Amino acid sequence: MKRRNLLASAAMGLMLASGAFAQGMDKVKACFVYVGPIGDGGWTFQHHDGAMQVQAAYGDKVEIQYQENVPEGADAERVLTQMALGGCNIIFTTSFGYMDPTNAVAAKFPDVKFEHATGFKRDHANVSTYNARFYEGRAVQGHIAGKMTKSNKIGYIASFPIPEVIMGINSYYLHAKKANPAVELSVVWAFTWFDPAKEADAAKALIDQGVDVIAAHTDSTAPLAEAAKTEGVIGFGQASDMAEYKDGPRVSSIIDNWGPYYVKRVGALLDGTYEQIDAWEGIAGGEVLIGEITDKVPADVKAEAEALRDAIAAGTYHPFTGPINKQDGSAWLAEGATAPDGDLLGMNFFVEGIVGDIPQ
Amino acid sequence: MFRLEKRPTPSKFWLYATPPVAVILTMIAGGILFAAMGKNPFEVIRTIFWDPVFGEFAFYLRGQLLVKAGPLILIAIGLALGFRAGIWNIGAEGQYIMGAIFGAAVGLAVFPTENRLIFPVMVIAGAFGGWLWAMIPAILKTRFNTNEILVSLMLVYVAETILAKASTGFLKNPEGMGFPGSRNFSSYPAAQNGFIYEPLGLHWGGVAALVTGVLAYILLTRHQAGFQIKLAGQAPRAARFHGVSPARLVVLCMGISGALAGLAGLFEVTGPAGQISIDFNTGYGFTAIIVAFLGRLNPLGIVLAGFLMALTYVGGEMASTNLGLPDAAIQVFQGMLLFFLLAVDVLTNYRFRLPFSVGAK
Repeated sequence: MKRRNLLASAAMGLMLASGAFAQGMDKVKACFVYVGPIGDGGWTFQHHDGAMQVQAAYGDKVEIQYQENVPEGADAERVLTQMALGGCNIIFTTSFGYMDPTNAVAAKFPDVKFEHATGFKRDHANVSTYNARFYEGRAVQGHIAGKMTKSNKIGYIASFPIPEVIMGINSYYLHAKKANPAVELSVVWAFTWFDPAKEADAAKALIDQGVDVIAAHTDSTAPLAEAAKTEGVIGFGQASDMAEYKDGPRVSSIIDNWGPYYVKRVGALLDGTYEQIDAWEGIAGGEVLIGEITDKVPADVKAEAEALRDAIAAGTYHPFTGPINKQDGSAWLAEGATAPDGDLLGMNFFVEGIVGDIPQ
Repeated sequence: MFRLEKRPTPSKFWLYATPPVAVILTMIAGGILFAAMGKNPFEVIRTIFWDPVFGEFAFYLRGQLLVKAGPLILIAIGLALGFRAGIWNIGAEGQYIMGAIFGAAVGLAVFPTENRLIFPVMVIAGAFGGWLWAMIPAILKTRFNTNEILVSLMLVYVAETILAKASTGFLKNPEGMGFPGSRNFSSYPAAQNGFIYEPLGLHWGGVAALVTGVLAYILLTRHQAGFQIKLAGQAPRAARFHGVSPARLVVLCMGISGALAGLAGLFEVTGPAGQISIDFNTGYGFTAIIVAFLGRLNPLGIVLAGFLMALTYVGGEMASTNLGLPDAAIQVFQGMLLFFLLAVDVLTNYRFRLPFSVGAK
């Protein structure tokens, strides 16, 4: 209780000193907490790219601070507190595991805005959440995977068994299956967001099983580097374009484009229109981009994939459109029904046809 | 060039001078590194070593030092007892995880009962979990003469798998919407390891660390078991003639270090971390090995070393956030500390001789 008061009054002092009231602000200090290094070439790299877009958009009206490699847990709470004490006006916490620390620190600094990526807890008025509909990109990848596999075995390196990841796997599988009914999916759980050695091991395990198309939901380029070692194995850039593998195994990518959202939110803080939100944009909003599909993919497959992308963007097609059954055979979506967002955000089941269990 | 000559007896001076000299050398080499990166080295060093204790936000960061140092000290003291006896428990990280799981499981099993006894029972369960995990390499060593370094290290990975299982399965929060992780202890007062005195960051884990430091010091200097530990490390044969049973010593040292690591895990999961989650462990068990050596395997030295290590973490974060230093530079800086410590340590047992001075004697 004591610290709560102490910190709150310290925060209040800072607010008064900087003259930041509900109206607009002359200058915003925007701070970012990263789970990996900015050089990971994937997830964190893209968030940092978004931060740099904020800098470019507002110039010296904004000051950017960031901290790399922050463990998800007790350390995150300290880093967030340091940032809030240090005068950050808005803090973006860019990994799921920062959910409880973000809300805990937000309670102590009611005047600092907190933005948590991929979470669902908004316990306080100053906490917003934002995410991107990556499953839309997975649908496009799944289609390419189904068409491209020669062994009919495709693989997926999963990070943690959370809805975010599970819906990506389901979307990937459904569209691969639609493109190629003979396809089989193997899922490897890495239990990490960023660990190049583990990610490479997972890719190797999949290749040893005869998998020739690998998708990953981890942050580094290691799966592509591993895929490059075996002739005929292809993969996708994850989170970032990973264009340096274009001559190698990378045939397309999902690019997380956080810049527009960051620019919008910091801008709202500058002009005084900032409100608490729960943002979930996809291909249509420009948050999810499909990276260039290379010439390794035949022209007709490429055209189909791009048509799929455009249909999702136009809102004429939803990647989860019934009939879809759950893995145990029970019905989930009826013919023509599309998945409600609530079902997706709490998704804890595989769809019918996927072999293997979600770790429980 | 120089020649190294073994000292007849280890130098008392260098034994105590090594850590401060290593810190100073780290500051100099680190400063050169930071300067090469275009930062003002004095500002960086000040941010790391001075600001957390005396700077603008010291009122908050001072408390964080003990929060960070507590588990390091607790684990390192246990490890140091074994290291002194030549018993190498490298798997404290696993024992830390198991202590957290055992203790948390007890608390979560009786959720949401409110009773004063719950937390003490959880503490015992935490120590038991760590002890049990350490007994596996201990008994394998005494029975089958396996290598405790390998077995205890490998068991870390087993513990991590059990941790993943716990947070996605048997300890998962039933109200967590399917997300991995247990209930948060911050909303369960009977099982919560809250702060006793917030400005100093003092929770029961910190108390345990400081008390253990004193007890371990008394054990080593005044108690028969402490004498046996030191003897076994310095002169195993003599120890055997003195009636010290190596098997009993292995079980004792592994058990103490396991129980202390388990305690650290329990205090962390119920306090600063708040919940069992897949990546609950952040390497305290491994960092504690550095702390043990930095503290010269002496309980009081370890207390100081724990705070120094915590300072490099907390201050390092400050430098990284406020001065825009990459995290990798901070890790290099921490690595330098261990490097210089080991390098300077040579002087405890050896001395430099210039070739010509041999003849000039």
